[in-house]
Amino acid sequence: MGHTNGLAYLRTDILPNMWCPGCGNGIVLSAMLRAFEALKLEHHEVVAVSGIGCWGKVDDYITVNALHATHGRALSFATGVKAANPRLRVLVLAGDGDGTTIGGNHLIHSARRNMDLTMIMVDNFNYGMTGGQYSATTPGGRVTSTTRGGNPERAFDVCELVRAAGGNYVARQSIAEGALIQKRIEEGLSRPGFSFIEVISACTTLYGPNNGLKTPVDMFRQFKEKCLPKEKYDRIENAAAKGYLTTGVLHQADAPDFLSQYEAMRGRLAAAKGGRA
Amino acid sequence: MARKQELIQGNHAIALGAFYAGARFYAGYPITPSSEIAEVCARELPGLGGAFMQMEDEIASMGAIIGASLAGVKSFTATSGPGFSLMQENLGVAIMGEVPVVVVTVQRSGPSTGLATKPAQADLMQLRWGRHGDQSLVALIPATVAECFELTVKAFNLSEKYRAPVIVAPDEIVGHMRENYAPPEPGQLEIVDRAQPHGLIEDYRPFNFEDGAVAPLASFGSPYISHITSSMHGEDGYSDNSPDNAGRRISQLHRKLEKNIDDIVMTRSFDLDGCDTLIVAVGSAVRAARAAAKEARQRGRQVGVLQVVTMWPFPEREVRRAASRAETVIVPEMNYSGQLAGEVGRAAPGARLIRAPSFDGRGLTPADITAVL
Repeated sequence: MGHTNGLAYLRTDILPNMWCPGCGNGIVLSAMLRAFEALKLEHHEVVAVSGIGCWGKVDDYITVNALHATHGRALSFATGVKAANPRLRVLVLAGDGDGTTIGGNHLIHSARRNMDLTMIMVDNFNYGMTGGQYSATTPGGRVTSTTRGGNPERAFDVCELVRAAGGNYVARQSIAEGALIQKRIEEGLSRPGFSFIEVISACTTLYGPNNGLKTPVDMFRQFKEKCLPKEKYDRIENAAAKGYLTTGVLHQADAPDFLSQYEAMRGRLAAAKGGRA
Repeated sequence: MARKQELIQGNHAIALGAFYAGARFYAGYPITPSSEIAEVCARELPGLGGAFMQMEDEIASMGAIIGASLAGVKSFTATSGPGFSLMQENLGVAIMGEVPVVVVTVQRSGPSTGLATKPAQADLMQLRWGRHGDQSLVALIPATVAECFELTVKAFNLSEKYRAPVIVAPDEIVGHMRENYAPPEPGQLEIVDRAQPHGLIEDYRPFNFEDGAVAPLASFGSPYISHITSSMHGEDGYSDNSPDNAGRRISQLHRKLEKNIDDIVMTRSFDLDGCDTLIVAVGSAVRAARAAAKEARQRGRQVGVLQVVTMWPFPEREVRRAASRAETVIVPEMNYSGQLAGEVGRAAPGARLIRAPSFDGRGLTPADITAVL
């Protein structure tokens, strides 16, 4: 990939953005816009669909088409956009609360349907916008504003969930790996079917300080230590229990996506009616 | 040559009316008593070059039709009470984002799961006030199979013209009844398509907050870039939380419908001239009312019927005018709470109102109305 800065897709007149100092969203935004540039996407052929949450506010900073909708439902809006105009590159931008907690049902079915969408889920392990409550990705035992005594629930492995539900592409990187995030987004956008990229991110105002990581630097250090490619991860005993996460491309498949299956069905219906496909 | 009459079901006619209006995308979730609409769409839309999607729930169905409409394809869904409840939050997105969509809700008996296969007219207030926030929309209620077709076409037209969601809300009796009907030929009914932008790409704004204005709506994928959001926004579709902007934005959402009330509000009058007794009704109750009125006139009584076709915005002026000439106003409706009667009373505060409610799932009969005549 050549040098990219993504500035052609960034709305600059309202900067600085509203995110907290040290927040990982800026890194993910930069990676996404660089990916657009690397793939030479034209503004009008891209639609970014976002939900509600810190990352969901990203629509204010981009100059491609955007649809900012309800909490948890971005995937369903994106599904309609893509079904109505298959030529569009449709991205879904949601956090962990938005994308897999309230929106878990749509995530499962979007993956099962293998809808040709690219979802970038920024996972900061809590609801930042509303004051740091626990989400479906908050690990057990962790402290949030609604689990002061430690989270009694377990976290989803969302990548594993999407793989099991049938998505064609699943990857995970942390915000300590900006260039790799860009690469994964390019790969996701280039692969037909449902692509899911989880970015492990820092909530430096709430989740980090609530769990002993006082500064953004502390959080970065922890991601560098705990987010490992599979070959390194596999060498650690009880890695999951110790809070390690695998990174990289976790799953790739070439199952036909929904719209190609739909076109096949359209042909069968036409043939059954004795008409032309 | 006379057009061929066919025995058509109300729900089927709604689907045919949508296709006639140009709808090519349907997303929905199965629910009685609306499922026939989904089945006709699943069968016919692929051959029309469109698409049918069965979503994981009604929340997703509502989201998908908004997305598809913004990609430039006329879109709709159909449901009933419980599903309509689930659609409310995303229906608010269509209001706030000014996205043309049509939502059909075939009213069944509640509350909650209720009598799932039985008719009711108990969601009249939900149509208007089901969502949070200060908002407005259009709701039409057919009483015949012909109206199921023609009001669905009208619903798409109003939706495209005013960039607002339009609800079509037959009760179960109208949705499931069959009548002879000859659907119109292509070109016979007016079809309205949303206005498209024509100016410079960099000048395009997806919203216009001037009093009563409706901005052109670019489709995703056109050369124009469009930002649509459920959050408070400026005319460019980006966040703008200033009080001045918020006031203009909310006002315009209401004013675009208020300023065009004459184009939106529809009623039908049956034998109103010289009547001393007026029956005001919607949906299948109109049929019972007309039968009761006819029988009463044969007995020498002066009874007329005003059919409320546009339930929302409520035809206050038409109801007031008709009620002012009558000694008695009878409101038969299929709910206990008097949802229609309340609006009639608001529109015609001096009227002597007599209610004829039915809320046991049987529907209204002419005899129910004759009993209070």
